Formats: sequence, structure tokens, C-alpha cells
Amino acid sequence: MTTESGKIREQDVRGQHTGMQKPRIDGTLKLTGGADYAVDRNLPNQTYGYPVTSTIARGRLKSLELDEALAMPGVLDIFHHDNFDSLSRSPNSFAEQNLTSEPRLPFEDNEIAYHGQYIAFVVADTFNHARAAAMKVTANYERDDGAITDIKALDSGEGELPGEVQEGDASSRGDPDSTLEAASVKLDQRYSIAQECHAVMEMHASLANWEGDALTIYESSQGVVFQRNALSKIFAMPPEKVTVISHFIGSGFGSKLFMWPHAIMTAVASRRLGRPVKTMLPRSQEFTATGYRPTSLQRVRLGADDSGKLLSIHHDGCNESSPTGKHDDTVSGSTPKMYACDHVAVTNRLVTVNKCPPCPMRAPGEASGSFALETALDELAVQLDMDPLELRKKNFAETDPADGLPWSSNHLIECWDSAAKRFGWDKRQSTPGAMRDGDELIGYGMATQSWEAMRLSSSARVGFRADGSLLVACGTQDIGTGTYTIVAQTASELTGIPIEMIDVQLGDSSLPTGPLSGGSFATATVLPAVAAAVKEALGQLTELATAEGAPFAGVETDTIGLENGELVSGHRRLAVTELLAHNRLGLVDAEASAGPGDEQGQYSFRSFGAVFVEVRWDPEISRLRLARVVSTIDIGRAINPLTARNQVEGGIVMGLGMGLFEQAEFDHSGYPYNANLADYILPVNADIPEIDVELLDYPDYRLNEFGARGVGEIGLTGVAAAISNAVYNATGKRIRDMPISIEKMLTA
Amino acid sequence: MRQFELESVEKVDQAVASQRDQRRDAFVAGGTTLLDLVKLDVMTPERMVDVTHLPLKRIEKLDDGRLKVGALVTNNELAHHELVKRDYAVLSEALLAGASTGLRNLATTAGNVMQRTRCPYYRDPAMPCNRREPGSGCAALDGINRNHAVLGTSNRCIATHPSDMCVGMVAVGATIVVEGPQGSREIPFEDYHLLPGDTPEKEHDLKDGELITHVILDAPRAGGQHYLKLRDRASYEFALASCAAIVELDGDSVASARLALGGVATKPWRAEAAEKALIGQPATRENFERAAEVALADAVAYSHNGYKITLGKQAIVRALRDATARTTATAA
Repeated sequence: MTTESGKIREQDVRGQHTGMQKPRIDGTLKLTGGADYAVDRNLPNQTYGYPVTSTIARGRLKSLELDEALAMPGVLDIFHHDNFDSLSRSPNSFAEQNLTSEPRLPFEDNEIAYHGQYIAFVVADTFNHARAAAMKVTANYERDDGAITDIKALDSGEGELPGEVQEGDASSRGDPDSTLEAASVKLDQRYSIAQECHAVMEMHASLANWEGDALTIYESSQGVVFQRNALSKIFAMPPEKVTVISHFIGSGFGSKLFMWPHAIMTAVASRRLGRPVKTMLPRSQEFTATGYRPTSLQRVRLGADDSGKLLSIHHDGCNESSPTGKHDDTVSGSTPKMYACDHVAVTNRLVTVNKCPPCPMRAPGEASGSFALETALDELAVQLDMDPLELRKKNFAETDPADGLPWSSNHLIECWDSAAKRFGWDKRQSTPGAMRDGDELIGYGMATQSWEAMRLSSSARVGFRADGSLLVACGTQDIGTGTYTIVAQTASELTGIPIEMIDVQLGDSSLPTGPLSGGSFATATVLPAVAAAVKEALGQLTELATAEGAPFAGVETDTIGLENGELVSGHRRLAVTELLAHNRLGLVDAEASAGPGDEQGQYSFRSFGAVFVEVRWDPEISRLRLARVVSTIDIGRAINPLTARNQVEGGIVMGLGMGLFEQAEFDHSGYPYNANLADYILPVNADIPEIDVELLDYPDYRLNEFGARGVGEIGLTGVAAAISNAVYNATGKRIRDMPISIEKMLTA
Repeated sequence: MRQFELESVEKVDQAVASQRDQRRDAFVAGGTTLLDLVKLDVMTPERMVDVTHLPLKRIEKLDDGRLKVGALVTNNELAHHELVKRDYAVLSEALLAGASTGLRNLATTAGNVMQRTRCPYYRDPAMPCNRREPGSGCAALDGINRNHAVLGTSNRCIATHPSDMCVGMVAVGATIVVEGPQGSREIPFEDYHLLPGDTPEKEHDLKDGELITHVILDAPRAGGQHYLKLRDRASYEFALASCAAIVELDGDSVASARLALGGVATKPWRAEAAEKALIGQPATRENFERAAEVALADAVAYSHNGYKITLGKQAIVRALRDATARTTATAA
């Protein structure tokens, strides 16, 4: 059954469990080591794989010297171009749910496209044996000069950005060119953001095992169904012969959405050796072989009148992509929807560089695009001598300016006002450097935050068990965000069965098809499917209860509801456990699907927020620190405000990384210079100030009956711009290239 | 897996006797540098001699006023020792500015003296590095050198010495005591680490079989002390520039000064000319700035680290200011 979300609206869910703060139901497992992350699992007769990577960035692999490695203790085999299985590529379709991150198969040819590319795969009886042997493989290369790892070097600094505009990546409304030309106030600036790495806590891992012609792979994955489908295409086998399991994930931030080649190498090696193979990528390879937020260049041109009304917006973006897999980050993609403006043109371009493919990274596109747009608006406010908050309010979009649709629910004005009040924005002095405390100059900055609210289709299964517990199963994942908990809250809400009695099963591709854990759409997608499955199972219970001779015989079925684990009709009650016992049944279960409906053409769905920050700059020692953050966000209903707040806080910290620290560096030869967590500078606890997160509570029942729009990405958007704007307010230095490093502050 | 022999010794003479060739036989204590580098294939000892059981864990005040620190005293023990906090505040601050609590609980005094550079090219055997593999070249010279040195460099190596502790020790003044096949000898701390010159692989003055047993800190110096470490983030990062300063005042003028720099040089760096420039001068901002100019006068910038010349000067001026402020506070 498919439930059109529009039809449930009369039963909008507002209740006892959803919307309440609930500690994670899997917290104890995680704290006690009971959570089985991919790499924690061990199988009998298991072996270990370790990749050998290219030490040049561009050229060809001429030969490998393997003798020494093959002779080392415990080595079972070494796989490479000359002996690898012949496989097929996945069609790489998002719609067919078989997208991979790097379409080119491992060892497909001997072309070297980037430093860190896999050139061989050693399998041995222990991890240390495999690693030691991998270090003894030597490669002979034909090196090509001219590896490109820095797209900024290709930029002339004015006019058009480098690269090719991608199909579908140019849109415009009105007549932006001539409007800009005629505008009394104009701005034309370039911005850039350095490459960022996901730097996930749990490293990528695969454990592959074949039983006959069936493959089971334990993977740290944000999309078990996508990986199952892709493997089935690559190995040309029916999808039901492939099972991908990912019960727990120690964060992914997008790097684990679409399968990477290490999983394919692991599966091939396991098939060839007839033994389970486990691969855990080392930290260094997380920086070179599993994606990143691509370096982006952006150009923003704004035209405004003297009152601050935006007349035109041009936003051109450009991101780096890879010879072995294209990734379009569409950094300008959300700009047409952000502010009321009749004349808007956006483009996005790609430049191919010698790196592995980029991939989505938390708030992909929008995190980058919002930096440029929200910094440009701050610059415009300075030109106009106008409060940056007032400038934004003046251009508030009452309806979606891109398609004219009404917003499903939009409380951006309240976000701006409430965050400004909590922050004390009224105490801001607009003259740079006017606020000081001892050695430090103080700066205030703000930006608008935003993320599209998406909903996809999902299935789920719900089963009432004789012991009173409830099974809820969905082939989605909990990537650490709290999906287990909100699914349990929802099931408890709908059935009245206590949370402790709800058995949530996720992270297994053999479960009913669920969505990727990404794009902030899992909550809005999965919960309605759970509701549909509960409804379907209730139908079966009702049928049993009203059968001839059954306790509710003769009761009108549509009067029967569920409360406290009991069927209820008027004053009559019947425990589900009693009904199952009566029928000698262990389980009554049902699977159902739910997806978006007509509302998608009637409304525009988007979350908004506002972020205000204070920075401190000590000019005599070039020390820049983030001192305070306030963010007010409207995400509809937060199913679990505890984990939702946690998401916003984490996003803000990632925005701090983008603003001040993070920068994957490659030298002129394409060498990844800081591929480790000591040299790749991320914020540490000491960098993280007080973060005040306010979640408005306006359920968006137009998106789904739970009113939830999702929360994973929005916290990150706007943060780098707010920081950059605050730095300007403190110092008069306008840094348009992220991160704002010490040397940039010294030379600005 | 790299195979190596592990031998445990109980006495200093056993340790000394156990090491025949320091390229093949390594002493290991906390292991926070050595084991990492072994895993990376950068250091390749065939034998490790575990010295953690040696009786070198005491801190004792000598009759001449100096403080004798055993080689195995951990960084945290040293930083939090009452006498160190009272008499060598700049050293305590330097120690606490380094690494993390967990690492400082393992890392030892002698181990920190032996700490290797964090240059990423040194730490990756796939890349050329004269310090790791003499004659292979220096990838940092025309590669990324944002974290590299501006003082004491050569055309063979521009890697920074990473230690905070050593900078504090240069400021307070210290002597390294080693025990070797020919008995014990003392090396002035400042002479222990060598400039890269034409032989960057030669990092120090130790002979085969020699083991650091103690570091003896000079008798406490009069004056205010301060260690300032500048870096991108607030913790868990090696210095981009740091300064250990001790300033003694006579009225408003500088009676004596000690200045040491980290993060900008190829070894823990004593800025002696800058110290001399301060003596007898009023403790003013202008004079601190002049001293900073003197300290960095010979600095050479490479493509990405020119900012360190400015940052180094800033560290000096602020450290002098804050050290001076403590002098005044003590006097008052």
C-alpha cells in the first residue's frame, strides 16, 4: 500500500513521544562496545586486505614488483590489473539506486589519475601481515608532468570562472544582465573554499563473505540498498544474492553514501580465496580515496537599489571533479530560492583535477554556495551602509522566488529576529574594529541558513509479537544521527507500546527498501513508511479481532484504534498480546510503503535558519578565535530535539572548520601533503565555543504527517559566511577565501 | 610486519652495553615518536631496548640549586612538579602547550629531547628527504613548506624541530647528561641538537651506546617567565611560532633576558643576540619590537612560510610583555 501523505493529514501525529527529548536507544550498546560496526565483526577463517596506492598523481603504471611482498609471512595473494576479475561497471544511476562514487572499477586499466589510486590489493592472514607486505610492493611508473590539483591556479581572477558549464547547471529568470548593468549599487566578487575531507571517526571498512553464489558484505555505509544494487550490477548477479549490512556507522558526512572501490576489491578477493576478507582503510587513504568536498571557486554579482532591494543576482560556481568520476557540487543551486529578486542567473562548472572523485559532504553545494552568497550580501550591506540583517529582511521571499510556489511553512523572519535577540545583535557596532576587549578586537557577523526539505519513498515492516514487543524494520541506516531512536519513538507513538519494547532493525539491505542516510531526508521519508506499516498491521489485527467468535466480533472495523498496545473501540479494549495468544500466533506483521504525493507540486519545501557569531582577533599575535554562536533553526517538528540539537551543533562545528581551519593540501606534484588528522587541521574541543541552538517548533504537516523536515545539514550552512563577516566587522579585513588562515589575515 | 627484537634492561650500564649501533638499535621509552615512525617505515630499528625500567624517574634539587630531571620523568610529571611550576614556569607552560594529556602521560623527558620533525615529507618514505635518506633531496624546498623553518635552514633541509619542551629548556638553560661506553659526559642543551647543514640526517651529538640519563636545569633565574605558542587552532597542533621568555628587571630596565624560539627554526632556538639587545634597555614595547627584529634578522622565507617571520616576531613581543608583567607582579 502506498499512503499519499496528503490523505493522512487529518491524523497529524503530535504526541507523547515524537517531539520529546529521548536519549539514544542504542547509547548503551555504543558505550559498552556492543554496537557491531563493520570492522568489529569477525568471521571464521577470516583474512585481511590492504590496498597499495599510487605514489604519483598522473601517468601510467608500467609494472609492479611483487616478489618480495608475496614472500612475506602470511601473504595469501596480491590482486592487481593483470590478475583481477573481469567485472562490469554499475550503470551508476541515482534513480535506479545503484550509484557508486567512482564508476571506474579497481585496476580497470593502468592509467594513474591521482596520487593514492589503488594499484594493488594485498591479502594476508593478519592485518599487520597484509599491511607490511603492501609496503613492500614497489611500482614502476611512467610519470606525466602537469598534474593539476589546484583549480585556483587556473583562475584568471576576473571575468568567467574556469571549467565547463554542466548540462542542467545553468538557470536564469528575468533579465539579470541588463538589470545589473542599470543597478545603482553593484558588487562583483570572487570567493573560494579549499578542499575539505570528511575525516569521519569510523574509517571505511568492508568485510566480504561468499556462501556459494551469495555475497554478504559488512560495510560502513550510508546506503545499504544502493551498495547492494551496485554490487549486483558489478558482479552480474541477482540483487537478492547480495546482502549489505551496516548496523552502526561512526559518521559518514556523505563519504559513505555511494560505494567506493575498496568494497569491490574486498569482494573479489573473498571470492577468489574462498575466505572472508576484511579491509579497513588506513587514515591516510581516507584523505585520498574516499571523496571530499571539492575546492570551489565562486563569483557573485549583485545589483541593488539604494534602499537595499536586490535587483539582480548572478552566482557562478565551479568545483573540481575527477578523471575517474564526475561530481557536480552545484554550489549555486539554491541561490535562486533564497531571496526575493526578479532577475537571477546561476551556473556551475567543473574542472577535472588529479584527485579521486569528490562526493557529497554535509550540506553539499549549499554549504559552499551559502558562504559566497551570504558574504556578498554582507559586502553589499557595507556598501549601502546598512545593517546586514535589515538587508536580508528587506529581501525576504514571501513565496519561493524560483517557482512562485507558496512555502509549505516558512519562519525565517522569526529565526532572524529570535537569533538576533538571543545574540544581542543590537549591541553591534558597524564600524570595523570599534568593539574591543583588552588585546582583542571583537566582531559580530551573521548569515541566513537553509536546506531543501526533501522526501523520498520508503518501505518499512512492522510486526506485533506475542511477547508484546514490536518489530520495526527498514533498509535505511542510522549514521549516528539517532535514526534508531526516532523510529522507536514514532512506533511507540503510533502503537502505545513502550519504547523499551520496540525492536528497531536498520542497516540491512534485505529489509524493506529504505532511503540513503543523506540529504536530511531520512526522517521525512522513513517515518511515514513506518506509519503506513503500522496501519497495515493494524488492519490485520483488526481482521483477527473481529473474526467470528473473536473478542471484537461484530465491532465496526473503522472504529478500532491502537492505544497502549491494545486494540480499542469505544470503551472496549483488547491487548494485542491476548489476541495473538488467542490465535496461537507469534507475529502479525505487515510491510508498507509511503512516498511524496501531490503536495510536491503545490508547495516549496525548505528549512531556514539564522546564525550569528562573535569572533575575537588579537592582532598583535594574529590569533583568531570563534567566541560565541547562536543559531535559530526552523526544521518543522524535531522528532527528538535532543538529537536534532546535536545535529545542528555538529554542523556548526563543521562550519567552523570550513571557516577557519580545514584545507586538504596537495603540492605541485599532486602529493597529498596533510593526509592525516594531525596535519589536516580540524576544530578540536578547545576551539568550540558556547553554541546556543534554538529549534523553532512549527510542524510542517504539508511534507508529512509528523511535520518533520530533517536536520542533518542546515546547521553547517551560513556558518563560514557568518565567521568571515564577523572577521570583517572586527578588523575591516574581507577574507573571501576559506579557510581564514593566519597568513591570509596577515596579508589582507 | 617489521620484525624487531625487544630487550628489556634494568640498569643503565646494561642499556649502554646493549646498544651497538644507534641506526639499528633504538632505545624506547614512551614510544610516542619512535613507534609511530616505525609503523610508517621511517625508522627501521632491528632491535629495541626498552628502558622504561631504568631508575631514571626522579626529580631532585641539587646542592648547587640546579634541578636534576631523570630521563624517564614524563612530560606531565615534569610540568606539574611543584618546583618546576615555581622556578621554571616557562618550562611548565611549554610542556602543557604540547600534545595532549594522554600523550604527555607517556612521553618522557629524554624522549622529547629526541623527538623527530613533523615534516610530512620526512614521514613518508615514498618522498625524497635528506634527513631520512641522505642524498635523496628535499621535497619541502619546492613543495609545501608552510610549517617549515625560517631560521637555521640549509639547502638540504628546512624541517622545524617540533618540541615545545626543548624551547622551554633552552630558555631556562640546561645540561644533558649522557652515559656511554666511555662513561658519562655532559652536553650543554643548546649544543645538543645540530643544525641540518650538509648532514641533516645527523640530528644530535649522541655516540653509539650513549643514553640520555638526565637533563639538569640551571639554577632558577630571576625574573618573570612566559611561554607563548601560536598555532592555527587552540590545541593539539605543533607551534607555527612560539617563544619562551624570561625577563629580569632592574627598575624599568631589563637586567637580564632569556629568549628561545620554537616552530620557526630547525632546532630549539636561542635568540641570544636579541637577549643582548634588551639588556640595559627600558622594558618598552619599542625595545621588545627591536629585539624581535634582531631575533629574526637572519630569517629566510620559503614559498609558503614567510608569515612565520612576522608571527615569530609577534610571539617574541607578546611573550616579553607578559613575562615582564609577571616580573612586576612578583616585585609588587
